[in-house]
Amino acid sequence: MFSLKDKKLSKKIIQQIKDSNVSLTFMHVCGTHQDSLMKNGLDSLLKEAGVTIIQGPGCPVCVTTPREIEEMIHLAKQGHIITSYGDMINVPGQHHSLRYLRTEGHDVRTVYSIEDAVSLAEQKPNKQIVFMAVGFETTAPSTAAVLLNNPPENFSILCCHRLIPPALKAIVEMGEINIDGFIEPGHVATIIGVHPFSFLSETYHIPQVITGFEPIDLLMAALMLVKQIKNDKPIIQNEYTRAVKEEGNIVAQQLLKKVFSRENKEWRGFSTIPSSGLKLQSAFQKYDARIKFDEELRHLKNQTFSEPKGCRCGELLRGLIIPQDCPLFAKTCTPSHPVGPCMVSDEGSCHITFKYTKS
Amino acid sequence: MCLAVPGKIIKIDKEKKQAVIDYGSGTKRKANISFLRVSVNDYVLVHAGFAIQKVDPKDAQETLAVFHDMVDEGAEK
Repeated sequence: MFSLKDKKLSKKIIQQIKDSNVSLTFMHVCGTHQDSLMKNGLDSLLKEAGVTIIQGPGCPVCVTTPREIEEMIHLAKQGHIITSYGDMINVPGQHHSLRYLRTEGHDVRTVYSIEDAVSLAEQKPNKQIVFMAVGFETTAPSTAAVLLNNPPENFSILCCHRLIPPALKAIVEMGEINIDGFIEPGHVATIIGVHPFSFLSETYHIPQVITGFEPIDLLMAALMLVKQIKNDKPIIQNEYTRAVKEEGNIVAQQLLKKVFSRENKEWRGFSTIPSSGLKLQSAFQKYDARIKFDEELRHLKNQTFSEPKGCRCGELLRGLIIPQDCPLFAKTCTPSHPVGPCMVSDEGSCHITFKYTKS
Repeated sequence: MCLAVPGKIIKIDKEKKQAVIDYGSGTKRKANISFLRVSVNDYVLVHAGFAIQKVDPKDAQETLAVFHDMVDEGAEK
């Protein structure tokens, strides 16, 4: 009922792109976009038509830093119950993953929603329950809603929420790669609306299209970007009007404002990106695991953490390489034995590429 | 993580801001609806246990019609 299928239209779109006679590179920042592109063979169809699409830093699990994973590992080893969304617990840390800690008797659980972690805290008042709060603007409002609802005092979060527009700005300013247009993530825009992306077109003259997740959405986005470039009028357009309102979800935005403030944040593969992270405002500090367990985590502060040996996830997340460029891909790094996070997560480019080309 | 799945609201607990969502094929699950004003029989997109936007099945067909117009307009130029 919600799927958009129209083979004839798809063919027409691809033909129009071909007729434009272009050679362009567009970046998207969403694993669901990458999955739809590869599952339906659109990546190769578009490439033949002159459009290469690459994945940038659009996988929350992948951009979570080794330090954040070590913080969680350390809290698990202290005897606290660790909760997280599924993929996160499989990312290798400096020595092992959160999932591995289960074999040593530590309590690490995956949850479907942050509300499940709160329920666990209610059921186990004598234990500390720490939730690893990863995710972009789509996910952060759920964290805000839960914290505004007075969760029990034995519940806390390790805040790892990050924001997409500052990361896009960083990619453009770093100038490592020439990007002709951005395919913007539809569900991030469902929350924040259209305006927060505008500065990229206004200041950096980059065409952008907020895009849905059906194959035809992605094809349409590619055509809309090509047209913007042909007309030399870079703007932000909304292709995903059936879910993205101009103003976004105002209730969710208000929750974010009540609970979080912005901070400079390190992303895997990047150095610190200005104003790209969310941190809890002082009224919510009792739920901040970094403050609550400051003494337990203090010794990690001056330590440096390295990427897994040989892993090129950092370059992949900056759009500089594709999975096949990494010597570990599909050899020592596979979904059953991942070396880096991009092979762990369902949203990671390596995992998706492996799924559709190797398995 | 960006994944959001559409489903139909079949029951609402206003006090708890929870709804039961029918995703079809017999899959029913609770979701938090505190970001939206919704009623039973509305369709919503659900991400990580929270409904993030109301959607209308009619919009899918309308979207296709708009895309057809845009593409045909481009072909005429």
